Amino acid sequence: MTDASSVHAAPEQQRRTLLQTLELDTRLLGMIGAFLVISLAFHLMTDGRFLTPRNIFNLTIQTVSVAIMATGMVFVIVTRHIDLSVGSLLATASAVMAMMQTQVVPNWLGLGLGHPLVPWLSIAVGLLAGAAIGAFHGWLVGYLTIPAFIVTLGGLLVWRNVAWYLTNGQTIGPLDPTFQKFGGINGTLGATGSWVLGLVAVATALWALWQARQRKQAHGFPVKPVWAEITIGGLVTVAILGFVAILNAYEIPARKLARMFEARGEVMPEGFAAAYGVPISVLLLLAVAVVMTLIARRTRLGRYIFATGGNPDAAALSGINTRLLTVKVFALMGFLCALSAVVASARLANHSNDIGTLDELRVIAAAVIGGTALSGGLGTIHGAILGALIMQSLQSGMAMVGVDAPLQNIVVGVVLVLAVLIDIIYRRRTGEN
Amino acid sequence: MATPLVEMRDISIAFGGIKAVDHVTVDLYPGEVVGLLGHNGAGKSTLIKCLSGAYQMDSGQILIDGRPATITNPRDARKYNIETIYQTLALADNLDAASNLFLGRELTTPLGFLDDARMEAETRKIMKRLNPNFQRFSTPVASLSGGQRQSVAIARAVYFNARILIMDEPTAALGVAETRMVAELIQELKRQGIGIFLIDHDIHTVMELCDRASVMKNGKLVGTIRVRDVTEDDLLSMIILGKTPEALTDGA
Ligand SMILES: Nc1ncnc2c1ncn2[C@@H]1O[C@H](COP(=O)(O)OP(=O)(O)OP(=O)(O)O)[C@@H](O)[C@H]1O
Ligand SMILES: [Mg+2]
Repeated sequence: MTDASSVHAAPEQQRRTLLQTLELDTRLLGMIGAFLVISLAFHLMTDGRFLTPRNIFNLTIQTVSVAIMATGMVFVIVTRHIDLSVGSLLATASAVMAMMQTQVVPNWLGLGLGHPLVPWLSIAVGLLAGAAIGAFHGWLVGYLTIPAFIVTLGGLLVWRNVAWYLTNGQTIGPLDPTFQKFGGINGTLGATGSWVLGLVAVATALWALWQARQRKQAHGFPVKPVWAEITIGGLVTVAILGFVAILNAYEIPARKLARMFEARGEVMPEGFAAAYGVPISVLLLLAVAVVMTLIARRTRLGRYIFATGGNPDAAALSGINTRLLTVKVFALMGFLCALSAVVASARLANHSNDIGTLDELRVIAAAVIGGTALSGGLGTIHGAILGALIMQSLQSGMAMVGVDAPLQNIVVGVVLVLAVLIDIIYRRRTGEN
Repeated sequence: MATPLVEMRDISIAFGGIKAVDHVTVDLYPGEVVGLLGHNGAGKSTLIKCLSGAYQMDSGQILIDGRPATITNPRDARKYNIETIYQTLALADNLDAASNLFLGRELTTPLGFLDDARMEAETRKIMKRLNPNFQRFSTPVASLSGGQRQSVAIARAVYFNARILIMDEPTAALGVAETRMVAELIQELKRQGIGIFLIDHDIHTVMELCDRASVMKNGKLVGTIRVRDVTEDDLLSMIILGKTPEALTDGA
């Protein structure tokens, strides 16, 4: 007994110092670990159907909409607010864009259906509407000091039904073909495009690592040993290229390919094969993740968001306009809801009344599972995205295993509470707050 | 006599029914330390918060260099080079020392991104001068001791070349050596011509560091005296009884 534990203890000790040298975020590693455990468990339970290129492809496109909103929710929760209206806001933005592309632009502006401007005008107006509604929420919270819980609870009811009125309760579709490319399977980069994207991503990541090192060295701060940098660079490279390789392994079914050739009036060559590759929606999520991380870590806005979350009085005394900051945070949230609306409605190929229903809960859960503290001041963008992915894997996995819908919800609820408990224990251990 | 750096004339501010500051007038000259004394709740912090922009006074006038100044928020105060160390340390607990020191005035790269490395380097420089023992630059200030946090707050006030420095019980959390360091710092800043309002409950400190002292009681100004003209007992009786000893009325 004693022997066994001491044998285990030694490598444990070593690993800890290794992690410290690499300066890896242990919470992030924990979440990746949890995700891998969940995936492997489902993989075994479904006789190897979970970790297939096809299912991973589906998982990623199902995660995008919630993940995009979760990044915005991080900022909202970090500033000690909450947004319960994101699902409804998504519905309103979706309704606006659906009406834009089926009514306003083609008929009222007289450009006609299928005009190349249709999707872009619709998206622009939708994003603007989302940001404006968000800013309005932020104004109510920041300047009129109504608690965010109340403002967005009201918003939950209001915007769901504004969406209903905008469309007269009708399902609007089919949406513009170009617009639909943002939904997932209808718009992918293909094998070559995906590899190019992967290489660009690797190059950018390595460059960023190198830059960070340079900046530290320029001021004579201690830097990681070179082997640690190389290890991290290597891990990042493998992760990115591995992800691309998996998505590229999912091939378009032969029958669908044949139909695509037919549609162009050609005959498919014998033995022709093509992969879907990285979906445009995933590319969009990636862009959102990068931009939001930059905002969080490298801009004044981000610094003020975290400072305000940590101590609102200190932030105000330091000359930060915390009211305006609240407006900005909610406007950003609204913008991201509209962006998610593009993805969600494009994926369904039409706007329906119940789009985004209960998304507020998924989004908040994703942010919280991802380590965002409701007491404010703490949270990461990548954590929230991983949180969304974990939630989605749980849900899809349980559906594949054949768990009843009620039990699925029970499990998700329990996981949410457990995740927060683990986070609290983790923070107590590491002495963070 | 030269124009005062700061004149706060006839300042009043009330919260609900409580007159926290009631027609108080104080002033401050360059290179001078003015102590603000009074029992708990006398209105000292409230008075200086009108100067630092945290509160807006209900009536009264603030003059900086003899010219009327409008200070409606902390940003205005910073424009007049007024720096404040608040009694309840105004630090964001989740951020590190450098982020706190530069909060609201971050250094940026040419592209407008935060230059954290340069901010940390500057922080290391100033901390070396103020508190050479300070080493924990990359942890959130929540995990620092009260005194270490205090030194971050002091560093912030000193770094940005204050002309007018407000210190609200700056040594409340400090050990003996650190308190000594703050006393020396105050004397050095004074030599540089900075004007300092110092709120402190410790009579010895006030007697040692201040040129003049203004005593408040229940929101009203009891009186302002020259510290070298009085004894500790005189000061104590002003604070407790709320009356200026007859011989000393108007020491300014
Ligand atoms: N934000 C506020 N809202 C309501 N009342 C306040 C507020 N700030 C201060 N007061 C009241 O104003 C009075 C003066 O408070 P102040 O903080 O200025 O006292 P002080 O002299 O700094 O005391 P101490 O020595 O304990 O720091 C107190 O009665 C206090 O209750
Ligand atoms: Mg006070």
